[in-house]
Amino acid sequence: MNVFDIIGPIMVGPSSSHTAGAARIGKMARRLLGDDLQEAQIQFHGSFAHTYKGHGTDRAIVGGLLGFEPDDLRIKTSLEIAAGLGLRIVFEKVQLREAHPNTVVIKMRDKSGKALSVTGSSIGGGNIVIKQIDDLKVEIYGEYHTLAVVHQDTPGMVAKVTGLLAKNNINIARMNLFRSRRGGEALMVIELDQNVPSRATKSIANLECVISVRQLEPTKRLGGE
Amino acid sequence: MVHIDSLQALADIAEEKQKNISDIILMEEAEGKEENIDKVLRQMSANLKVMQEAAKNGIALDTKSESGLSGGDARKYQQAVLAGKTLGTGMLDSVIMRALAVAEINASMGRIVAAPTAGSCGIIPAVCLTLMEEKKMPEKKVVMGLFTAAGIGMVIAKKASISGAEGGCQAECGSASAMAAAAAVEMCGGSPYMVIQACGIALKNLLGLVCDPVAGLVEVPCIKRNTIGAVNALAAANMALAGIESVIPPDEVIMAMKSIGDIMPGVLKETAEGGLAATSTGKRLEKEIYGIK
Repeated sequence: MNVFDIIGPIMVGPSSSHTAGAARIGKMARRLLGDDLQEAQIQFHGSFAHTYKGHGTDRAIVGGLLGFEPDDLRIKTSLEIAAGLGLRIVFEKVQLREAHPNTVVIKMRDKSGKALSVTGSSIGGGNIVIKQIDDLKVEIYGEYHTLAVVHQDTPGMVAKVTGLLAKNNINIARMNLFRSRRGGEALMVIELDQNVPSRATKSIANLECVISVRQLEPTKRLGGE
Repeated sequence: MVHIDSLQALADIAEEKQKNISDIILMEEAEGKEENIDKVLRQMSANLKVMQEAAKNGIALDTKSESGLSGGDARKYQQAVLAGKTLGTGMLDSVIMRALAVAEINASMGRIVAAPTAGSCGIIPAVCLTLMEEKKMPEKKVVMGLFTAAGIGMVIAKKASISGAEGGCQAECGSASAMAAAAAVEMCGGSPYMVIQACGIALKNLLGLVCDPVAGLVEVPCIKRNTIGAVNALAAANMALAGIESVIPPDEVIMAMKSIGDIMPGVLKETAEGGLAATSTGKRLEKEIYGIK
């Protein structure tokens, strides 16, 4: 906790969890998909389902999908902006099992037709956690520079990837491994103290058994920045 | 680097070093983040600018909210003040008007600074901006006041809570009021010891306040509760500046707030199931907003 967690962040109202947090989940979903969003089916659960209209949660999620920060006044008119860009957005209410009350599932498709589903929860004070990407259960908080490495579940992958980070003098703050099944596709989520230079991400991408590497900028900004 | 985990410790360190609480918090922040002090100061100035814009826009712009539950009251209040229809209490009028303005900007999806939360975002700007205007204070002094407020908020967040869902409205508007009272005392030249007394008094006065928003939205009663948080902060600051003390030490008041929050029923903690939200009018409004028959 620092001073600007208390006096801050600067945000579009009315609710840090239902508006600012929602915008951050939308932004994280955009980063996971890439910049070419074509359509999104947005499913609200719990308190989100109940109050999304009054809190502008719908506008905040779409604002995030359009790349807006939580303090961007365009959030208020994001639905109109998305329509103007020809994006197809639909909202639904759903009941998920064992989910945090402020949870949203965002099912997206990009211009090439690639589909991606991202589930996120807004856990209070504008803090978020991404809980699921397609079928893979994950935990991504979006507070740090985050590297998401999709790879084949084989021995030695962690050593190879972290070795390359060490060689580039990059410090790891937190790290998690997730996999669908033994030997299947796995995801390494590495939260870092600094940005990873593109040559380092390239060398990770070139490792045998690595399927894809995506760098996610933190979605949390401090007040006043 | 000192570890601040109580208001008393914070006041003791400041008194011992013959500094203000804001100086201690500013130095801690800069050291903790390994950043230079000017950058941290600039960041807080940016927060102050957003507060100023919100206070202005809350009167200048249309603040009708998406739900239709709120908007336009700050402007209405200003017109009444100009027409001499209120009790005519000067600074009090300005504080009420600004608290309404900032809270209405928040409800209408305008830009605010969460202080400490979005629901309680009107209290600190109402007090600090009004003092700035009335006492013709330089910006730097107000920015330092915000550091004091932040320091108090950090202690409350660490020892209790600043979330309505966890501790009820006492944790949001109560904390904001204590933080605003602290800032006001320091800005008006009170000692660090007086600063924490003001916190204790302000927080005490709002203990037990429940979070019962109609339809679960940050509008009714949140907007008007921002005015009581701000007015209460003025009263507490004035009492502390007069040398009046909180009989229960400020840190114990925080613990009382926590224990009240812990035993407060869930229906009174931001669930829209109790209190004002559960009144017949509250329920009717909820149905109208969500189109339930």
